Amino acid sequence: MSEAAAHHDAHHEHHATGMMRWLTTTNHKDIGTMYLIFSLIMFFIGGSMAMIIRLELFQPGLQFVNPQFFNSMTTMHALVMIFGAVMPAWTGFANWLVPLMIGAPDMALPRLNNWSFWILPFAFSLLLGTLFMPGGAPAGGWTMYPPLVLQTGEAFPFLIFAVHFMGASSIAGAINIIATVFNMRAPGMTLMKLPLFVWTWIITAFLLIASIPVLAGAVTMLLTDKFFGTSFFSAAGGGDPVMFQHIFWFFGHPEVYILILPAFGIASAIIPTFARKPLFGYSSMVYAAAAIAFLSFIVWAHHMFTVGMPLAGELFFMYATVLIAVPTGVKVFNWVATMWQGSMTFETPMLFAIAFVVLFTIGGFSGLMLGVTPVDFQYHDTYFVVAHFHYVLVTGAIYSLIAGTYFWLPKMTGHMYDEKLGKLHFWLSTISVNVLFFPQHFLGLAGMPRRIPDYAVQFADWNMVSSIGGFVFGASQLLFVIGIVKCIRGGEKATAQVWEGAHGLEWTLPSPAPYHTFSEPPPAASIEGGMR
Amino acid sequence: MTTSAIRRGARRMAAVLAMAPLVASADWDKLNLTRGVTPYSEEVYQLHMLILWVCVITGIGVFGAIFYSILKFRKSKGAVAAQWHENTLVEFLWTAVPAVILVVMAIPATKALVMMEDVAHSDMTIKVTGYQWRWRYDYINEGVFLYSGLARTSDVARQLNSGIDPKTVDNYLLEVDRELVLPVGRKIRFLTTASDVIHAWWVPALGWKRDAIPGYINESWALIKEPGVYRGQCAELCGKDHGFMPIVVRALPEAEYKAWLEKTKAEQAPKTADSASAPGVSVATAQ
Repeated sequence: MSEAAAHHDAHHEHHATGMMRWLTTTNHKDIGTMYLIFSLIMFFIGGSMAMIIRLELFQPGLQFVNPQFFNSMTTMHALVMIFGAVMPAWTGFANWLVPLMIGAPDMALPRLNNWSFWILPFAFSLLLGTLFMPGGAPAGGWTMYPPLVLQTGEAFPFLIFAVHFMGASSIAGAINIIATVFNMRAPGMTLMKLPLFVWTWIITAFLLIASIPVLAGAVTMLLTDKFFGTSFFSAAGGGDPVMFQHIFWFFGHPEVYILILPAFGIASAIIPTFARKPLFGYSSMVYAAAAIAFLSFIVWAHHMFTVGMPLAGELFFMYATVLIAVPTGVKVFNWVATMWQGSMTFETPMLFAIAFVVLFTIGGFSGLMLGVTPVDFQYHDTYFVVAHFHYVLVTGAIYSLIAGTYFWLPKMTGHMYDEKLGKLHFWLSTISVNVLFFPQHFLGLAGMPRRIPDYAVQFADWNMVSSIGGFVFGASQLLFVIGIVKCIRGGEKATAQVWEGAHGLEWTLPSPAPYHTFSEPPPAASIEGGMR
Repeated sequence: MTTSAIRRGARRMAAVLAMAPLVASADWDKLNLTRGVTPYSEEVYQLHMLILWVCVITGIGVFGAIFYSILKFRKSKGAVAAQWHENTLVEFLWTAVPAVILVVMAIPATKALVMMEDVAHSDMTIKVTGYQWRWRYDYINEGVFLYSGLARTSDVARQLNSGIDPKTVDNYLLEVDRELVLPVGRKIRFLTTASDVIHAWWVPALGWKRDAIPGYINESWALIKEPGVYRGQCAELCGKDHGFMPIVVRALPEAEYKAWLEKTKAEQAPKTADSASAPGVSVATAQ
């Protein structure tokens, strides 16, 4: 269909070579690739920290690290995984896919795009550099609650500025995506025809723009409290330590959906493809995502039920929180209905997508339980919470990132990945991730607090099981890298459509997608509804 | 040492896996939330079980449908894909039914919360103050207070490469030098605060935890029904020794509690006078 356009594009493939290509590029595919590689590196750095945590928790007593370093590991693991692995990975996918999916030649603001990526290596140099500073890396938790965070040593200003840089990068990325989707859609690509990945990303972008500046404000107040004599969060100076938590979680809860909404988009692309059936309830998917985004702004205090709020506040935040189960349930039911009476095959992306639906739902169940205030007084700050957010983030966000990688890798590289290796990666990961995180529910219910380097002996058995699961899961991710490297280097040639059931503009392009695509908009006839 | 530890671990792991079928019956109490010893903890337990069952039943339905689809609607079995993608009735139902279930769940949850927040008509008050890294308990209107920190035996064993097997230490990390002694059968009001960073006071058997925040005084309450020793820990990250500030509550029958209180009063009366500049230090080390 757009072969003429593709031919035309191929003549324009002139760009700087070597390192300068990557430093100066404004091409959405190059920038997307850099984002994805960066996030994969961060995934392994954050993962190494998780391995240290699970190693120390393998048995009771302290064998490997001291408590301060342990706290640095939990803090840095979270910051690296959230801001370094998951968020840049979503921006990387958006860079690659949004222009292809809406039939645009590139992102609307290509230079901003280059800048928003290149901020990240500096942000993470600042953050990871603190590991080598006197006093060690930040150890007050990724939530940076004062007064504890103010006890951080020389790492403190580096933490604050690293967060500022990460935030600036995210905001720039979000502005770019909004500008692209609202201005550069091919003729005929109406909003209600957008693929769900694009829809969920627009909603994510608005969440980013609304919430990241709030985080920036909060950490700036921390900075002035520490160095410039203000008392925003110091009770002794007339300030309020709980105010920080309100501000932080006003960012923090939308952030949770920033991490997971694009995952919904990816699942909504993969499941119909391998079920060979249109997505069930396209418009209800869009409305549900928007409803979740709206609710995400009015539930923040459920992260802090134990700070001692008035009864009315606790009731409000409980009701608003459990309400999120309704639109989230709609999404899960829609995916199940998409599979129902389909004609399914189970290539690696589909396996990860199905596991995503099942395991994310388990995380949703524990989320519902945590939302019920009186019971949260028991669950709060225990391993039950750790199990909950790892089910939604690892088997939620990360699983759908992996699914998306296997799904679109042939389009990016022009080669099929090694299916056997992919399936091995899936089964090893899925078994081990449950051995890793499911027992943590039991630990939490039995009374083990989170963020502790050592524990009472009644928690020993399940911690050991969990650590073994952790080591296997960590090692399994090496298969992922091997699969990606193999796929970049060669392999069976991928067709344009790649998957039998694939629909959408990106699959009308040859594989690999040429350096410049849709220099001329695709014909309106090639634009299908987003449910396909 | 490490290999034998790993071998020991592997054996324990095998034992855990072998027990898996029994888990549903025998070991359930260790896997589930405690019922606790207060009226509130019982409410919380019932609520927890209610939501858990709602989740389990929903899960069976959803996951059942997924696995049925995986088995039945697979291309290799010749399944032909239908092309429907909407059904207003079904969509209405799966929006409305969960909403109704949530409302039904919200009713007992609201009741429990109202119960928890009702601190009126208490019989006595304990002020809990968190420090890095120990607790101070003041018996309000009794003139008695005490500091409570990690027991010496645990503190020695928990040092990096101490060479002491935690299993040989009684109540490893859950033992203190001075216990908080409380009476059973009285409605006890707790006031929680902190002097440096935020801590959280949590004894699972009482059914709740409450943050101890500098500049704030939080209220909560407990009525302990059975005498016994109840253990807990700080539940809010409070620095390097966050994992090492346990809580031990010893609940005594009224008469024994009164005797303990009188004895402690007598002990503290002279000491508080001459150690006014450093209150509590002598008490804390007195064991």
